[in-house]
Amino acid sequence: MEYFLELFLGGLTRGSIYALIALGYTMVYGIIQLINFAHGEIYMIGAFTALIVSGVLSMMGWPTLAILVIAAFVAVVYSAAYGYTVEKIAYKPLRQAPRLSALISAIGMSLFLQNYVLLAQTSDFLPYPGLIPDFQWLKPWEHVVRSTEVVIYLTTTTVMVLLTILIKFTKIGKAMRATAQDRAMAMLVGVDVNRVISMTFIVGSATAAIGGVLIASHIGQINFYIGFIAGIKAFVAAVLGGIGSIPGAVLGSLVLGWTESFFTGYISSDYEDVFAFIFLVLILIFRPAGILGRSESQKV
Amino acid sequence: MAKRIFHDSIIKAILIVATLAVVGIFVTACGQGEQQTADQATQAKALAPIKLAVVGPHSGDLASYGIPTIKAAELVVERRNALNGVNGRKIELLVQDDVCKPEVATNTATKVVGDGAHIVLGHICSGATKAALGIYKDSKLVAMSPSATNPGLTQSGDYPNFFRTIASDDAQARLQVDFALNSLKVSNIVVLHDKGDYGKGLAEFAKSFLEKESGAKVALYEGITPGAVDYSAVVQKIKNSGADAVIFGGYHPEASKIVTQMRKKAMKIPFISDDGVKDETFIKVAGKYAEGVYATGPQDTSKNPLNIEALEAHRKKYNEDPGAFFPNAYAACLALINAIEKSGSTEYDNIVKALQNEWVATPLGIIKFDNRGDAIGVGFSMYQVRNGVYVEVN
Repeated sequence: MEYFLELFLGGLTRGSIYALIALGYTMVYGIIQLINFAHGEIYMIGAFTALIVSGVLSMMGWPTLAILVIAAFVAVVYSAAYGYTVEKIAYKPLRQAPRLSALISAIGMSLFLQNYVLLAQTSDFLPYPGLIPDFQWLKPWEHVVRSTEVVIYLTTTTVMVLLTILIKFTKIGKAMRATAQDRAMAMLVGVDVNRVISMTFIVGSATAAIGGVLIASHIGQINFYIGFIAGIKAFVAAVLGGIGSIPGAVLGSLVLGWTESFFTGYISSDYEDVFAFIFLVLILIFRPAGILGRSESQKV
Repeated sequence: MAKRIFHDSIIKAILIVATLAVVGIFVTACGQGEQQTADQATQAKALAPIKLAVVGPHSGDLASYGIPTIKAAELVVERRNALNGVNGRKIELLVQDDVCKPEVATNTATKVVGDGAHIVLGHICSGATKAALGIYKDSKLVAMSPSATNPGLTQSGDYPNFFRTIASDDAQARLQVDFALNSLKVSNIVVLHDKGDYGKGLAEFAKSFLEKESGAKVALYEGITPGAVDYSAVVQKIKNSGADAVIFGGYHPEASKIVTQMRKKAMKIPFISDDGVKDETFIKVAGKYAEGVYATGPQDTSKNPLNIEALEAHRKKYNEDPGAFFPNAYAACLALINAIEKSGSTEYDNIVKALQNEWVATPLGIIKFDNRGDAIGVGFSMYQVRNGVYVEVN
């Protein structure tokens, strides 16, 4: 039973990690139907920014909690700026072009950012400081769940709730939903579509940066390539949950995390990915729009 | 008309060059012949030279693997001949090119046998070596490779005439298993790999060695996905298996993630890995969690005086970096010459007996050969991270 619980929590951690990245994917897709392949790179840049900031601050002898807050804040701002800029440079000029063009542009952006960090920083793996302090009250359960993992669960839940509130109950959220439904119509009724799209990229990139800081502190290492694999998995999770849906992205991520964890734990890790993707295929056969996705009728 | 003259002059030039070349060959050939007869004349009792064939890729894209061996042989032989050879007999090099191709290697081997070689230093690539060995075996010739690492060359028992001064591909796995069973006294072991050629190859050897040992058990044999965000499920599985140690085949990024997660979950069992992990980056990334991790790596020969001397001699003569397998080739050459010297003959049986029984000091350390042909005293050592550096464990 303890083994089951440990696998469950391990899967929950993994799922929450995917979710923090998947949220950004799904938001952007929901608004402009673009698979933003550069999203994983934004996550990586967020993690790198926090690494640099925390390195400087810890040399100045700041307390751990202050370092975490400031590093995370700088990472969020910096990544959001990247997300905004990437959209303006690579996607906005292609908004009227066929969808495939924007997709190719996204892949190009992803490669560009990877290689930029590779050249500007290093190709080596770097140690990542454990920015999240160990909670004393968690000591008795430390062999089962660690404070980093608890922080990841809490953050994922909070971010999901905040995003849902943002979309459901705020003015910009209403504008986002309008843009998602019909961009031309939204423009006609006076929604500033460009601003809405920029905002979506900023929010999505900010969540990715938070994910980057937490995940890198959990894993303890980083290099320029981490965004790619995490990005692909998060994309799969977003599709699994129903791309475009916020709770769907979280649910899809958790399902993917648990699938991988239990399959590894009870069967074999050799075919971890194979099994995860078979599961994806099965779900898409029976629910083509994903677990929580609404099937859209083709607009004629 | 001008064209004609131009043509004629080219043809003339070619003819002149060709004639000169032919004459040149004759002159040098005669020169060599004269020198040889002169040498023979000076030696009252003429002893035939020992013919040492040096075979490997000396041209083509793998030439850089073969040429250092020629240079090693030249250095050893030059020094030896200056000291009146082996038991009074000079050593003569027969250099042959096999371009690292098995189909060429059989021809090369036939040529070497036809030229009357007494011993063979080579071949370099495992495939070419395997192709040539049958021919040497039939002609009762000892061959010693500085670089062919395929385990089957010695372990199959098909080639009793084959020796090598490099550890075979499975030597790391052998060392890991022996170390776990004999030094750490653990018997229930998890074997992990990263599904890559290198890591999985090593893990498969480790698994097969463990299965052959009575009393040892493979608790778990699994491949992990390189680059995954975390390995908590695998770590839980290791814990659940109740194993006493982990052997991991792969590189340091995955190793540091697994070790970090194991230590964070308060699992203190030994973690044994390979030279893909014996890297400073591993210690840098895993930090305090790297402490106590074991990893195999090539033996350190940088302080061996013979190695320093050989490298110095090479630098003096060729004024460049020695290149791949130079110390191994130097050691092989010394071992072959030593065997002939100690046995006092160039007979196959005597050389083999001497190689297996006589220790010889080489740049790789003091070595001799086991009855399968692998060098004892060459290969890998076990290292452990202590206070942030890898230290050799004895």
